[in-house]
Amino acid sequence: MSNLPRLLAALAAGVLFGFGLSVAQMIDPAKVVNFLDLFGTWDPSLAFVMGGGLLVNAIATPFILRQQKPLFTEFFQIPTRSDIDARLVGGGVLFGVGWGLAGYCPGPLLTSLSFANMDIVTIVVAYLAGTFATRWVLNRPAMAVA
Amino acid sequence: MEIVNFTPIPAFVGGALIGLSAALLLWAKGRVAGISGIAGGIIYPARGDMDWRIVFVVGLILGGFIYQWVGLGAGVSHIEAVVDTPLLIIAGLLVGIGTTIGAGCTSGHGICGLARRSPRSLVATLSFMASAIVTVFIVRHVIGG
Repeated sequence: MSNLPRLLAALAAGVLFGFGLSVAQMIDPAKVVNFLDLFGTWDPSLAFVMGGGLLVNAIATPFILRQQKPLFTEFFQIPTRSDIDARLVGGGVLFGVGWGLAGYCPGPLLTSLSFANMDIVTIVVAYLAGTFATRWVLNRPAMAVA
Repeated sequence: MEIVNFTPIPAFVGGALIGLSAALLLWAKGRVAGISGIAGGIIYPARGDMDWRIVFVVGLILGGFIYQWVGLGAGVSHIEAVVDTPLLIIAGLLVGIGTTIGAGCTSGHGICGLARRSPRSLVATLSFMASAIVTVFIVRHVIGG
């Protein structure tokens, strides 16, 4: 039964995240594209989404990481790399093109399945296909050293 | 520049809820709330820690449902894609490929990574923000203009 609190916490975090994205209206791609349209019809709202998220998380994170271990698991698994490489920048640039084109980043994309229409299903399938193909390529032995 | 549809209060409240979610996941489970990483781990390769990832993604969708169920999502049914099917597919592929290569998206790098003052997340966030802004500029003001 030790699994239950762990999974309930993950469920609660997911619900909170999806609800927050909806409240922030990030589920509306037109609003997202307007946020990115600095030189046209600019909607600065999403800067406040990031600001609110960062504020809460930046205050909470140092306190949390000072604990010996997480509540329901044995250790923290946070990214530790600090090197900057071409893959990081190139991946960011490719992601940015996709985000700018359709106005969907992964969180709002998956949350939007709650009112799925054909367009959302289409882009979710494409997103999952792109993720699968790239993970498959990066996990081949020849790529594993990079 | 013309400022439109500015809704700072729901944006800030929604953002704070996302921050709370990330804090909860870190505190309870010791994991970073990066959506592309959590979802990607379900897709490939098969590993032993699938359960919490699936439950989290189900929660995301449930969060959207609850938003509509409590009556806040009146306009949700009118939300439409901003591009046609071929561009939707290209955009989806690029988001999947880019977030996998760059090891993170708006949440993992933009909210969680920056909160830990990770230099990698700062570079990644600047990369995708700049790229997205240039993309919208080209689509709306170069091609569309």
